[in-house]
Amino acid sequence: MDALNALVAFANFVFIPGLAYGAQLAMGALGVTLIYGILRFSNFAHGDTMAFGTMVTILLTWGLQSLGISFGPLPTALLALPFAIGITGLFLLGTDRVIYKFYRAQKVKPVILVIVAMGVMFVYNGIVRFIIGPDDIGFRDGVSRLISPREFKEWSGLAEGLGLRTTTVITLVTAFIAMALLFWFLNKTRTGKSMRAFSDNEDLALLSGINPERVVMVTWMIVAALATTAGVLYGLDKSFKAFTYFQLLLPIFAAAIVGGLGSPQGAIAGGFVIAFSEVTVTYAWKKVYNYLVPEAWETTSLLQLLSTDYKFAVSFGILIIVLLFKPTGIFKGQSV
Amino acid sequence: MKHLLMATAATALMATGAMADGHTGDVKIGIILGFTGPLESITPAMGAGAEMAIAEVNEAGTLLDGASVEGIRADSTCIDAAAATAAAERLVTSDGVHGIMGADCSGVTGAILQNVARPNGVVMVSPSATSPGLSTADDDGLFFRTAPSDARQGVVMTEVLIDRGITEVALTYTNNDYGKGLADAFQAAYEEAGGTVTINAAHEDGKADYSAEVAALASAGGEVLVVAGYTDQGGKGIIQASLDSGAFDTFVLPDGMVGQQLVDDIGADLNGSFGQFPGTDSEGAELFLGLAEAAGFDGTGAFSPESYDAAALLMLAMEAAGSNASADYAGHLMDVANAPGTEIFPGELAKAIELLKAGEEINYVGATAVELIGPGESAGNYREIEIQDGAIETVRFR
Repeated sequence: MDALNALVAFANFVFIPGLAYGAQLAMGALGVTLIYGILRFSNFAHGDTMAFGTMVTILLTWGLQSLGISFGPLPTALLALPFAIGITGLFLLGTDRVIYKFYRAQKVKPVILVIVAMGVMFVYNGIVRFIIGPDDIGFRDGVSRLISPREFKEWSGLAEGLGLRTTTVITLVTAFIAMALLFWFLNKTRTGKSMRAFSDNEDLALLSGINPERVVMVTWMIVAALATTAGVLYGLDKSFKAFTYFQLLLPIFAAAIVGGLGSPQGAIAGGFVIAFSEVTVTYAWKKVYNYLVPEAWETTSLLQLLSTDYKFAVSFGILIIVLLFKPTGIFKGQSV
Repeated sequence: MKHLLMATAATALMATGAMADGHTGDVKIGIILGFTGPLESITPAMGAGAEMAIAEVNEAGTLLDGASVEGIRADSTCIDAAAATAAAERLVTSDGVHGIMGADCSGVTGAILQNVARPNGVVMVSPSATSPGLSTADDDGLFFRTAPSDARQGVVMTEVLIDRGITEVALTYTNNDYGKGLADAFQAAYEEAGGTVTINAAHEDGKADYSAEVAALASAGGEVLVVAGYTDQGGKGIIQASLDSGAFDTFVLPDGMVGQQLVDDIGADLNGSFGQFPGTDSEGAELFLGLAEAAGFDGTGAFSPESYDAAALLMLAMEAAGSNASADYAGHLMDVANAPGTEIFPGELAKAIELLKAGEEINYVGATAVELIGPGESAGNYREIEIQDGAIETVRFR
């Protein structure tokens, strides 16, 4: 019974939150890694792209709600998501046409594009705050919990409760579908293959007749889809605030680099590595430990490696270790 | 010789200036509150409360042989100590105020006290700064507050918990002066009363996800979770995450966490949680609400009655001293606020002035049952509340 309690506490406070957070990070890291692989620069505006996409989703959700349209037990935001992806895609293409295209034509060094991306980041940041404001916005509706911890305790008779939120399940399912679609697209379709060819060797790809502008356009559309979905999932699961999306940039980049920049598999692995490290290192293991050991060994100390204030430090610690010992990341992406 | 002449002339000029200042008969009171910044939603009602007391005294027209009182507003910003200091400096040097009603937040209040009030010798009465640190700050006898120190709230919260038979709690606070001060005061009082605080952990406001913080709190355990935070910030996030993961079912809510918005946002899961915030069942509170309604502002706003009391105390102390100079009336503030004497309620400021003129003593009760203790701060009356069926119900007064 005690071992079961330990397992439930672990699942409730470490495994399930880590899984959801990991999926959200992985979706974000996929967008970063695609841009790095194909357009060859670090897109610092990615966190704010997520914020922009989520903002459009929220506005559309409000519109749908005022029309009385809902998605039954699921959040209305999922209905608004496809339209928001379209709008965000157009917005990104517009940015590309106005800004990045100019620099691409000049064949500038990647480091200049990084600075340009930072400028774009600040502008996006301002646009989002200007339109929807800097405050916390919750836009979740529908059924909030699949399993309530209180009911679980009564049902199982355990001392520990297990909570499962609808948004956690939606996050995992949506992330899985999005990743499967992405891999199918990259590996099986003609456009996907031409994108990979462009990423592997730009000159050879151009010689074999691939239209670079088309590759760029498709990339931005995919990035818009990934970023908006990642942003909406994070916002549904937690809450939307322009500033927290900007901060998400740090763990997302850590995930992409740890997995290997330019490698989609790496981005997914990196997302989960970062998420689970953050959660396990800052978790206080007292409860789980006390359930597992005989009574005589029980402890009153929290058994917490790092205070939760240092959550972000964990991703940076891992980042430094990876860059020192395996600069190309777990999945051998392009060297940073 | 020439220098001496000039010096003499200058001195004479300044002396007459000072004399003129002391005898113009007008009284100026600076109202420095965070009209912009995090408290901007409640400061309008606070300013209106203070201005209502001033209007009441002006209507009587008897203060200090017919002086008229002028309230001058300034912006403390609540968070920017430099901006607050500059605004207070302007009030004192340029507008020449005789007393300051303010400031609101503990951090800027401390800054104004040290940088402006003490160097210039001006009395300050804050209606809402609650940090325990201000109790021991050097103030040259110039600083008072009509709000209780959070040290007092820590004691009251301890009584609430012990009376309910709860002896083990987890504690989390918002990482600023207010949260830290309240958490430490509560922990000290609670442990002295025999309770156990399993964990005392900070949380940052403005984050999207508090599941990691809640996981640590849950692991430490405790019958209830004390959340010394803000309703629309991390405090709400902590409660939501605790309920989602089943870490805690019952929460203790200090003053920053008591708000109908929180009850509406969280819903039925919050039923059974309890807490306390400043409040009184004295008849002064009712009288104040009526006056506020007649004056056209919301008297139920947080710290609005305290603001009325702060401004009223300043003016009554001036009357008791027969002078609007801070050095003269600072010593009289405690006298007019406390027993013995005739009890004075809101709307009776004219009567209070008459009594003082007749040489009698008054005991200002005001809107918040003012009783100044120790270093000149309100003893504090608290309303113990419990969330029942989605409404904040009063259990009793402490």
